[in-house]
Amino acid sequence: MNARLLPFVVTCGIFVLAYGLAWLQFPAILSTRVIGNLLTDNAYLGIVAVGMTVVILSGGIDLSVGAVIAFSGVFIGVMLRDTGLHPYAVFVLLLLITTLFGLAMGAVIHLLEMPPFIVTLAGMFMARGAAYVLSIDSIPIRHPAIEAIQSAYWLMPGKGRLTLIAGLMLLTVAAVTLLIHRSPFGTRVMAVGGDARTARLLGVDVGRTTVAVYGLSGFCAGLAGVVFAVYTSAGYSLATVGTELDAIAAVVIGGTLLTGGSGFVPGTLVGVLIMGLIQTYIVFDGTLSSWWTKIVIGMLLFGFVALQKGLVQLRSRKGGGRRRARRQSAQGRAAA
Amino acid sequence: MTLPAGLARILPMLATLVLLVAAITVVSPGFLEISVANGRLYGSPIDVLNRGAPVALLAIGMTLVIATGGIDLSVGAVMAICGAVAAKMVTLGYPLPVTLLAALATGAACGLWNGLLVSVLRIQPIIATLILMVAGRGIAQLVTEGAILTFSDPGLAFLGSGAVLGVPFPVLLWTAAAVGTILVLRRTALGFLIEAVGVNARAAYRAGVNTRVTIIAVYVVSGLCAALAGLVVTADIRGADANNAGLWLELDAILAVVIGGNSLLGGRFSVVASLIGAMITQTVNTGILLAGFPPEYNLLIKAWIVLVILVVQSPRLRPLLARRRAMRRGTPT
Repeated sequence: MNARLLPFVVTCGIFVLAYGLAWLQFPAILSTRVIGNLLTDNAYLGIVAVGMTVVILSGGIDLSVGAVIAFSGVFIGVMLRDTGLHPYAVFVLLLLITTLFGLAMGAVIHLLEMPPFIVTLAGMFMARGAAYVLSIDSIPIRHPAIEAIQSAYWLMPGKGRLTLIAGLMLLTVAAVTLLIHRSPFGTRVMAVGGDARTARLLGVDVGRTTVAVYGLSGFCAGLAGVVFAVYTSAGYSLATVGTELDAIAAVVIGGTLLTGGSGFVPGTLVGVLIMGLIQTYIVFDGTLSSWWTKIVIGMLLFGFVALQKGLVQLRSRKGGGRRRARRQSAQGRAAA
Repeated sequence: MTLPAGLARILPMLATLVLLVAAITVVSPGFLEISVANGRLYGSPIDVLNRGAPVALLAIGMTLVIATGGIDLSVGAVMAICGAVAAKMVTLGYPLPVTLLAALATGAACGLWNGLLVSVLRIQPIIATLILMVAGRGIAQLVTEGAILTFSDPGLAFLGSGAVLGVPFPVLLWTAAAVGTILVLRRTALGFLIEAVGVNARAAYRAGVNTRVTIIAVYVVSGLCAALAGLVVTADIRGADANNAGLWLELDAILAVVIGGNSLLGGRFSVVASLIGAMITQTVNTGILLAGFPPEYNLLIKAWIVLVILVVQSPRLRPLLARRRAMRRGTPT
């Protein structure tokens, strides 16, 4: 079997197993209604996590996404309140802003050769700060067009509702999956994440790829912001604090290698669903406290990182044991 | 005249701090006033030193971790865990020394976990410490059982709000921790070993440095610093808040280290420069409030400061600056 897909298979297995265990205890959990809610509640997280997957595949990280989602909500709220623009026009404007913001961060990372961690940390401060400056109060978002989006759904068999925003999330996952695994751009991203120097020697424009990756992440964060604003009907500058961590956790649980260059985009969706399932289980149980979510996610993170380490080690051992041979010869020289 | 190397290293940060203080004093002239009331020092400078204590403590450990090329995202969560442990033990009636030791041991254990993940399992530091960052607040809530655990023990509260000879205790604590760390690192070879690991772990290993123990040690120190910071925060509000204690302080600590001119890629480090970095951010926070700016602008100003510092530190620009400096040195003035 393809070793790259093994983490994905394990993730899917864990999801099915966990769902099965929950089903044994609460048979009602296996209904299209619960599944529909699971998708709707985690739609924004799914979209932002897909963007994060691409960034991590390229060997980077984007800490700004949570703040960008909060900024998006406040921006939409303020624009709808203070200008006569139609929501769709505001959405387009917002996506333009967040994409440019992502592109700018990518440019800084590439041109100044700074670690993405600290550049996107500055981006996080900037987006959160911009949201504060726009408004510190929670702004209600009301408009007939937005209400229309909220109430749009497709009735699944079993009376479950696949809402428009959940559909948008699935569509984003599908589009980015095609982009990464079936297009030259995806190959370039993987190459840069695998080894930037080798990629450059192979003729990949590392700079352009890096900038594009952060632009894509900015776009996804903006889209997640739109979905979150529609989902909560409000823009609040303190919303979605720490979402970047949830997104990173979902990417890791989804089987993407954190060093970049190896992963599978749909795995991230399963990672998001596992996290959502933990929360749903806690709601069904009713006696467990919500802090168990964090502990279980932490344990899952550890399990998956350890699994990845094991796989990588196994693969490098299978690959002729070249490194070990080199180490032995070096030790031999040292002994001599 | 040539400056001593140590002073030359911290001069840019010191200059930034002085300029910042001068600018704030121009806007609000009362900034530098210090008064004595009830045998205690009061005033904005004291306030900066006191409120900057948690970040300053974290910055000490974070500097060492970053010097080895690592990063510790878990310190905020570790603060919450240690604060929760201290509050729990004190409400259960344990004596203060036992409580403090337990909190410090908890911090050290958290650091040990991070260190083992990084050095033995060879997990990237960002991810290794992310695990505890995510799970840590859950663990802290497990200890406090979801509530904000309040206590009235005067001994523990002294850590946060007490004063010795008029100086607030947190200020004494972080300066003592800093002086102790610097003496241990610079009077022995330890600081040099840490730098060796940060510059090139493999070369250091070949040269006989026990890289594994060195890396574990810096994460344990970071955990201990987080424990002290957690104690100060918990003692200050006389309660352990698992959700908010130390929230996002890991980012402030990393920022302090970066403002202090330490490279995130590891290598040479200066604890003093990081501490000045911590004081710069705290001065900005206090200054913005005093100058009458709405606190909303705080984050934006912080973001711009980070960006300017990033540009100055950028590896791309460094050859340019070095060339200019060489030219200046070449022409006699």
